[in-house]
Amino acid sequence: MTLKELIDCIDGVVVNGHERLAEKFNGVYISDLLSDVMGHAQEGNVWLTIQTHNNVVAVALLLNLAAVVFTAGNTPDASTIEKGREEGVVLLSTKLSTFEAAGRIYQKLQ
Amino acid sequence: MILEIPVESYNFSAAGEAASRVKKTLQRLGIDSQLIRRVAIATYEAEMNIVIHSDGGKIILQVDEEEIKVQAIDQGKGIADLELAMKEGYSTAPDEVREMGFGAGMGLPNMKKCADRLEIKSVVNEGTTVVMGFKNQS
Ligand SMILES: Nc1ncnc2c1ncn2[C@@H]1O[C@H](COP(=O)(O)OP(=O)(O)OP(=O)(O)O)[C@@H](O)[C@H]1O
Ligand SMILES: [Mg+2]
Repeated sequence: MTLKELIDCIDGVVVNGHERLAEKFNGVYISDLLSDVMGHAQEGNVWLTIQTHNNVVAVALLLNLAAVVFTAGNTPDASTIEKGREEGVVLLSTKLSTFEAAGRIYQKLQ
Repeated sequence: MILEIPVESYNFSAAGEAASRVKKTLQRLGIDSQLIRRVAIATYEAEMNIVIHSDGGKIILQVDEEEIKVQAIDQGKGIADLELAMKEGYSTAPDEVREMGFGAGMGLPNMKKCADRLEIKSVVNEGTTVVMGFKNQS
């Protein structure tokens, strides 16, 4: 599934990374604990979280994640957007709850 | 080669940059990407522990043919009970950083999982030195 298809699936909004939406992702990891993500998310995953501060970008970058999705109407801090742009990390947001976003993606991936 | 990067206490806007610089340096050296991943994760956790739990310190990267060595050296309160600190889930992180998603008590266990060797020396009210070694496969 591509990031573009992901956005359609969860009524997502692109915060940054418009140029990379044709890229594919290989799975999803969900957690709001950063060292849990560090220990378990795999390269190429999409990460669903409600954390919005700029350390999220550091984690996504170090793990080579495909994208970060801020769920439940959370929008990233200005410093997060700036750092995401600098480092080329795709940031998306959705009004859907983490539960509903995950459910829709899961169904689509079946 | 040797690279030394200062890490400030409680500077969350710069947090992660030491790990990021270590990763980029290893990429330039043409190190295997799976090995870089392990070093990057472990270095990030060590860096965040300096940011959150100490008064500041530094990350030192050393690369030779046999080993990639990352040292995290800080001044601060130190770790009184190392065995307890290594337990998954144990954390003394204050509430305001827990709200940011830190404090799962998984940093040291992640470091242990990623590194081929892990040594921690800590003196209470002085500081902590973490040494992580990764076998260089190249
Ligand atoms: N450099 C350090 N100086 C002082 N205490 C430390 C240091 N590193 C770790 N500790 C102590 O060990 C505990 C466990 O560390 P660990 O990295 O496993 O978890 P954490 O930092 O609390 O949470 P997480 O890493 O999951 O965000 C810390 O809560 C802290 O009490
Ligand atoms: Mg930690």
